[in-house]
Amino acid sequence: MEGEHAPALTIEDSLASSLGSSVFDHFLANLVSQIAAGKSQARGLVLVAFNRSPAFYLELLRRKGVDAQHVDKRVRILDCYSDPLGWKKRVPPLKTAQNLPVKANVACFSDARDTNKLMASILDLGKGTSYSELTATSCNVLNLVYLLTEFVGQDKSRFAVAIDLVSSLLRYTSLPIVAGLVNKLRSNDQTSCIVWLIHSDLHEQRVSAALAYVSTMVASIQPIAQCTDEQTSQQNSVWLGKNSDKAKLHVRLKRRNGRVKLLAEELHLDQVGVKFTAVGDQNSNAAKSLLPKVQFNLQLSEQERVERAKVVLPYEHQGNGEEIQIYDGRRSLSDSISISQPSVASPVISDTQVAPGIGEIHYVRDSDDEQPDSDEDPDDDLDI
Amino acid sequence: MNPSFSSPTTNLLDEALGIGCTGSVPWRIALVQDCVEASGAFLLHHLLKRSLSAEAAGAVVFLGLAQPFSHYDRVLRKMGCNLSLQRNKNKLHFIDLLDLEFLVAGGTDQNAIEDGFMNLYNRILRFIEANNLMHNNGGWIRIIIDDISLLEIAAQGSSSHTFDFLQYCATLTSELDCSLLILNHGDIYSSEEDQCLLSHLDYLSDVVIKAETLSTGIAVDVHGQLTIINKRALGELGWSSSKVYNFQFKLKENAVEFFYPGTKF
Repeated sequence: MEGEHAPALTIEDSLASSLGSSVFDHFLANLVSQIAAGKSQARGLVLVAFNRSPAFYLELLRRKGVDAQHVDKRVRILDCYSDPLGWKKRVPPLKTAQNLPVKANVACFSDARDTNKLMASILDLGKGTSYSELTATSCNVLNLVYLLTEFVGQDKSRFAVAIDLVSSLLRYTSLPIVAGLVNKLRSNDQTSCIVWLIHSDLHEQRVSAALAYVSTMVASIQPIAQCTDEQTSQQNSVWLGKNSDKAKLHVRLKRRNGRVKLLAEELHLDQVGVKFTAVGDQNSNAAKSLLPKVQFNLQLSEQERVERAKVVLPYEHQGNGEEIQIYDGRRSLSDSISISQPSVASPVISDTQVAPGIGEIHYVRDSDDEQPDSDEDPDDDLDI
Repeated sequence: MNPSFSSPTTNLLDEALGIGCTGSVPWRIALVQDCVEASGAFLLHHLLKRSLSAEAAGAVVFLGLAQPFSHYDRVLRKMGCNLSLQRNKNKLHFIDLLDLEFLVAGGTDQNAIEDGFMNLYNRILRFIEANNLMHNNGGWIRIIIDDISLLEIAAQGSSSHTFDFLQYCATLTSELDCSLLILNHGDIYSSEEDQCLLSHLDYLSDVVIKAETLSTGIAVDVHGQLTIINKRALGELGWSSSKVYNFQFKLKENAVEFFYPGTKF
């Protein structure tokens, strides 16, 4: 929306459940598919790659079925993986018999400690203005013009930004500078959305908290099975096996009005990719399976639920200011809450007011005769 | 040289790590994490021997910070592998870093440490280049670091610079047919801040091998246990599920025996 900061998604994981990279890959591939199909506000994507090589991501998108032409047109990768500190510029290059072709949509970035330069490079890639400087050696002029016009499109076209590992960026620079970079990206008119991955256990808790504050959505990946310190190594390996390809995804979404929505899903990783299932489905299935299969009904119908709700409990006040009168069997019927009709089975004690013509039962409680604190042991007459 | 040790026979460790008959591996980065009671050095020796066996089609760059070359030569000779011969044949490039001052030779400021690591990276690059040109780009390269905690000491305790160097070694594994094997000690980090390097290494690695003692204590026939977490079990980057292996080991004079718990007798 105009005048609003771009939405930002944090994906966070930990060593206990390290599926964050797979979830990031899944989200990235979906985002690129949406951009390629024209279903997204963004016309292109700038991927800042710290953790994995550009070749990995290009292969990922190919495997996910995104057309290579769309990838060339819509995706720009800022390669902060191959040479983040510029060492390769200071040592003689590796001479091999084969020289790997440089991809047109990959730009190498060698100043990972300079966040201003990083910001400028991201924006330049997104706008496509300095593209010719970054890839002049690899493209001929006609290809370059084609790529630029396809990526930038209209003047106000927007692009999405994905940072594959903020934890790497935090190694090169400090938290305030990274938070500042993220804020500048969010407030840029041409940024449509930002997504980043962070490994929460590589930093202090305040880092995750600070980045959560600048995000509109935080998706955190938690282990399915909890680990205890007393587990033996064999139990540990079973626990590791369980948590290696399954996890819980907890999503916290901040709405504009301040309301926070919480969602939870389960995810598991297979050969194709990440699959999500609702937590609720599995719980209700589990609950259904716990009920024994019998020929009578163990559950209440709606009518029965309503009737049960109407029952007045003897020790519960009804909230209408009346004094609670509890019938304990010692007082007369006239002193207690009136009963609609006297029945043969109801315990009626002496000095009852009896309607003429109706039978009566006189009942004397044995316990009235008993002296309190009697020393008599009721088991004394037992003869075993 | 005992012929039965020169030809590699498959054992549980080789199966768990997916080591092929040519010595190639499906993973890029492996971390060996040991402790005082269960040293993981034997794993480096075993993998070094497998990498230099007759069928192996690659070369090894060994960063020796813990022991001198003569130590490894003696140990591997007992296992049936002649390191001096392999070095002469350019199959092994041993970088002697026993003197931990190598990074601060140009001064102790941060730039000097980074320059020192860059020079080390350059040395590795030059060996790879020479090997590639000699064998026309054939064969794999394995970089073995013994051990990373000493590299951190050499960097005056700077885990950031150490990890920068590791990051550059990791890029070699994705650009070339190169794998990286790192030994680290899991029990020397006390505070949470210090454990940062451990966690970084865990995230970076495709395979983590933990050497531990038995929870039941010391035994005569079992010297410890290994837990191997293979995050890329099926060999394709990012699309495999993890496999966890747990078995025990016994160190013998010339070799190591691996077996599942309870199958020793």
